[in-house]
Amino acid sequence: MSQDGVNKARRTLLVGATAGVGAVGAGFLAVPFVKSWMPSEKAKAAGAPAKIDVSKVEAGAMITAEWRGKPVYVVRRTQAMLEELGNLADRLKDPANGNKAQQPGYADNEFRSRKPEIMVVLGVCTHLGCAPKYFPEVKPEQFDPNWKGGWFCPCHGSRFDLSGRVFQGSPASDNLVIPPYMFEDDNVVVVGVDEETA
Amino acid sequence: MSQNTNKIMAWIDDRLPVTQTYEKHMSKYYAPKNFNFWYFFGVLSMLMLVNQILTGIWLTMQFTPSAEAAFASVEYIMRDVEWGWLIRYMHSTGATFFFVAVYLHMMRAVLYGSYQKPRELIWIFGMLIYLALMAEAFMGYVLPWGQMSYWGAQVIISLFSVMPYGDLLTEWIRGDFLISGATLNRFFALHVVAVPLVIVALVVMHLLALHEVGSNNPDGVDIKKHKDENGKPLDGIPFHPYYTVHDLVGIVVFLMVFCTVLFFFPEGNGFMLEYANFEPANGLKTPEHIAPVWYFGAFYAILRAVPDKLLGVIAMGAAIAVLFVLPWLDRSPVRSWRYKGLLSRIYIVIFGFNFVLLTWLGTQPATETLTLIAQIASVIYFGWFVFLPLAPMFEKTKPVPERVTGGH
Repeated sequence: MSQDGVNKARRTLLVGATAGVGAVGAGFLAVPFVKSWMPSEKAKAAGAPAKIDVSKVEAGAMITAEWRGKPVYVVRRTQAMLEELGNLADRLKDPANGNKAQQPGYADNEFRSRKPEIMVVLGVCTHLGCAPKYFPEVKPEQFDPNWKGGWFCPCHGSRFDLSGRVFQGSPASDNLVIPPYMFEDDNVVVVGVDEETA
Repeated sequence: MSQNTNKIMAWIDDRLPVTQTYEKHMSKYYAPKNFNFWYFFGVLSMLMLVNQILTGIWLTMQFTPSAEAAFASVEYIMRDVEWGWLIRYMHSTGATFFFVAVYLHMMRAVLYGSYQKPRELIWIFGMLIYLALMAEAFMGYVLPWGQMSYWGAQVIISLFSVMPYGDLLTEWIRGDFLISGATLNRFFALHVVAVPLVIVALVVMHLLALHEVGSNNPDGVDIKKHKDENGKPLDGIPFHPYYTVHDLVGIVVFLMVFCTVLFFFPEGNGFMLEYANFEPANGLKTPEHIAPVWYFGAFYAILRAVPDKLLGVIAMGAAIAVLFVLPWLDRSPVRSWRYKGLLSRIYIVIFGFNFVLLTWLGTQPATETLTLIAQIASVIYFGWFVFLPLAPMFEKTKPVPERVTGGH
């Protein structure tokens, strides 16, 4: 084919314009493919609040409830446990709730809870999402000879105190998340809803 | 007869370069004559790839990819489907042996400098295959929907939460606010269709790049420097029939070991199929001890060794990423470790055993002592990549021979 009289500038412009329009089209086409990976309407609708009866929880004991498929831990802390929590500040990464995203405003206090004795916390390790195990007793443990009670994550060895605050030396960097919750009455905690969202 | 065959071949060759391709890649592909034991693992990786594809196709015929039915359908394959147990164990044992072959294949490249100029692209394609293989193995392990499937997926997907927009990103990967059936279904699609296509394409590129520059050898010398009057390398022999037959011996021995594990230790003592995975997935309870399958152990140990989430994930990512630039970190004027200095030789051996140690550590519970050992081992791992570019400054290499040594 003869290349005589070819207008190179015009050819470059046409090739460039065609490629540009094609790229924009491909970009638009990619949107549905990318978006289809997001949680579906069905998944979004499944997040209803969970009601937890805490009347049967004995002092020092923990129960596990389910909210949005995630474990929610409820502990009835004893007076001794609450007193011990005040002595741990120098061993914690974030003793004074510096990271505000980890708890709602009403749990941003000394005990990270609405009522000091009732601890409500998401059982999802802030490291990589495992469910930490409850070790309430004050005694030397394999993972910490100076253990004062709290949660230990079996996956990567993160340690949390009985307020869900992370100990120094843990792979996790943030305290356990306090979910939004409120008391329906003295014995029923509703997780997933509070005054702001109700 | 032969005249007719020739006519048919000529007819085909005019339309499709069959003979030309066969000669280029088989009968006239000259490989160095001094290949040793380490050179089996490329073909053995290919053998395992074929095993995984074949048994995988058969497994999809019985497996049900849904959160409700996946666990039961795996039990159905194991108990009710004729020979289902064998096909599933071939697949699960195949994954382990695939990684064994790939790790030894990589170690071979490290020993003999097979990644050095002009083979950088072969190494890069190999690393991409390794990366795709890790994704493939991870998603495959999620499919039986046992406890370890669930919590392994939880941990690995949570790794992405350290990135910018991490929460959005992890929701996008999971397709839900937690690991759920949506995650299982997309992993099934990726595991059986998307990633295998990518792997096969990458293997083709890996081989085309290899056959363009030719194979390295244990001496790291260039066999194309000395050719006979016909232009054939004096130290080379045609891949077919010499190495095809030679490789058959390796394949037979490898399959003997493979079958021993397959028939007598299909769970690999908990390193290949973990006991927690015989329990159906439960999103409220993490198993007592969660560990990756053995082939991810090394990187998992590095992740755990760092007492900070973001830095831990970065260290783990870096441990894999740094391998990609290996061809440019090794500044040694010689390829093979045979002719490198004493320190280099010692460090290569330590690096190999250190990787095995890290792999083991990754499968163990994180106690204080083991975490400390993992931290030291991680420093040794990264230290090698710092040592490589510095070594030529203080180390003398031995003279490399003109022609290959040994061989048949």
